[in-house]
Amino acid sequence: MKMNMVSAINLCLAQEMERDETVVVMGEDVGVDGGVFRVTEGLLDRFGKDRVIDTPLSEAGITGTAIGMAMNGLRPVAEMQFMGFSYLSLNQMICHAARMRNRTRGRLTVPMVLRMPYGGGVKALEHHSESTEILYAHFPGLKVVIPSSPRQAKGLLASSIRDPDPVVFLEPKRSYRLIKEEVPAEEYTIPIGKARVTYEGDDVTVVGWGAMMPLIEAARKQLEDISVEVIDLRTLTPMDSVTVVNSVRKTGRAVVVHEAPRSFGAGAEISARIMEGAILHLEAPVERVTAPDITVPLPRSEEYYYISPDRIMRGIAKVMEF
Amino acid sequence: MVDEFDPLKGKRLQILRETGTVNKKLEPEIDDDTLIRAYRTLVLTRVSDDKAIKLQRQGRLGAYPPSIGQEASQLGPTMALEENDWLVWAFREWGAITWKGVPLWRQFLYWMGNEEGNNYPEGIRVTPTAVPVGSQILHAIGISYASRLRGEDSVALVFFGDGGTSEGDFHEGLNMAGVLNTPTVFVCQNNQFAISMRRERQTASPTIAQKAVAYGFKGIQVDGNDLLGLYAATREAVNRARDGQGPTLIESFTYRMGDHTTSDDASRYRTKEEIEEWEKRDPITRFKRYLIKRGLWDEAREEGMMAEIQDEVEKAVNKAESYHRPSIDDLFKHAYADMPPELREQMECLKQKEVKE
Repeated sequence: MKMNMVSAINLCLAQEMERDETVVVMGEDVGVDGGVFRVTEGLLDRFGKDRVIDTPLSEAGITGTAIGMAMNGLRPVAEMQFMGFSYLSLNQMICHAARMRNRTRGRLTVPMVLRMPYGGGVKALEHHSESTEILYAHFPGLKVVIPSSPRQAKGLLASSIRDPDPVVFLEPKRSYRLIKEEVPAEEYTIPIGKARVTYEGDDVTVVGWGAMMPLIEAARKQLEDISVEVIDLRTLTPMDSVTVVNSVRKTGRAVVVHEAPRSFGAGAEISARIMEGAILHLEAPVERVTAPDITVPLPRSEEYYYISPDRIMRGIAKVMEF
Repeated sequence: MVDEFDPLKGKRLQILRETGTVNKKLEPEIDDDTLIRAYRTLVLTRVSDDKAIKLQRQGRLGAYPPSIGQEASQLGPTMALEENDWLVWAFREWGAITWKGVPLWRQFLYWMGNEEGNNYPEGIRVTPTAVPVGSQILHAIGISYASRLRGEDSVALVFFGDGGTSEGDFHEGLNMAGVLNTPTVFVCQNNQFAISMRRERQTASPTIAQKAVAYGFKGIQVDGNDLLGLYAATREAVNRARDGQGPTLIESFTYRMGDHTTSDDASRYRTKEEIEEWEKRDPITRFKRYLIKRGLWDEAREEGMMAEIQDEVEKAVNKAESYHRPSIDDLFKHAYADMPPELREQMECLKQKEVKE
């Protein structure tokens, strides 16, 4: 069935709620309104208000309550309306969700999913375009999963909901309705912690995730003379370094693309891992194609900030010409 | 009872007076064995507390937050819970978790710096220590929501301090509980201090109990050194929660007789005279007088019990001290259910270094 990412996530939530009655959905406007992006549309009618919970406007409240639910036998899927507002609940994620298993030596666990739309490119208000995945990726105990397409989103979300540990599930909002692709109607899972080589090539490895993947694909198509290998990382933590390192050992060149600011971004971590695992194979320094270290601008100047296929092509050219 | 003692009218519930006499009209029905067991738990808490402070001074235990003066404030509300009910605590509630069945030696083990101290036996519905002030409040709401959704009739009771009521999580928690009408009982141990800051510096409200009104449910202030009052008020709150009538906020008006932790020096911010005033209201002395008046207790029994408790505490300390040091595996294996390959590599690397040294 052809569908966009919103429909794929919606279908996944419905199937998981059908399969497992401990799965609950909660957040601001997720019930009657079906979510501001309509991701949870129809779930309230189907599963009732006890399992599709319209909460007060309260990010820490939502997250902390979800943690308690998860500690006592539920599998909550909590929504942060936008990533830029999730910081209000960071304390709960860092101090409790991430640590409960370790703190109790495995006695109490937090199998929850914190879903949120991230990233820019939709001409949004301030705080609505953030790509701050690294805030979550830095903390042991959390997993960070970022789908790049409808098919990926459905399989990865199913795995995230079934995962025994807390998963931060970042949905590239600009891709919500951008791409339609064939998505299996039946249940399936895509494993967390496994990257996917989306295109095989020999000259250069380009690593990205989420909203960057369609841009990388557009860049690749325009580079007829260069054989580009593309990796969709899919999971930031735990990261599948093996797939990345093996690819770079083959190609000898690497470009990492992310829409977060450069310094201390995931690109730095990936670059370090490539250094550790493939330094003698490298023909050029690892190139980072990222946003600059400035605040996300308002829409009038967003074109300066966001990644474009053109910028990715320039990054590839740089490592090829080194 | 909760209705009669309206905090907005300046009411505070007291059943057991300092003299050991009781307000007969409100005296809760508790059987003799339970009363004696309660007294024993109060004393055990104080003796353990004293022991923990001594161990800290000897370098055998880390920084530790004393319970002295708050034993009834911890135990009274907890006694109103059934085995199936959840207890969500902060870090100064030994009396409460002991009553719920957390082994004493694990409590010592935790404060000696081993996470294994939070690994309570199967079936004990007590969350681990929560150090970030007030952050555990929200967990109680989720826990009690989950119980209800799964068709259990259990409730969750959460402890926090007066300082915790200034945190955002207190507001978000009570607000959430009010809206979702969860079977949650909130117990604020108002011990008058958040380290050095007096209660008046936390809120301009005359009481903490009255804050419940703004969240759409009932609140009551109780003499926090009165075990019977705390038990009775909480029992009512627990029953109401179980009955689907939603949450209640109980303010236990008590006093922290000791330092905030063993790293604190309370003489910097309060006088001896003030402490002496509160000594007269001691929760354990008061409860003992009550038991004697009821003919349940005498000095001979006291002597026997003290010897037993001393022995129990010594054994717990020995067991905690002889518990094996955590291995490197212990450090890594509870980060995730399944250890990611990258983490395994880091663990092996750390082990190699250990061997070389």
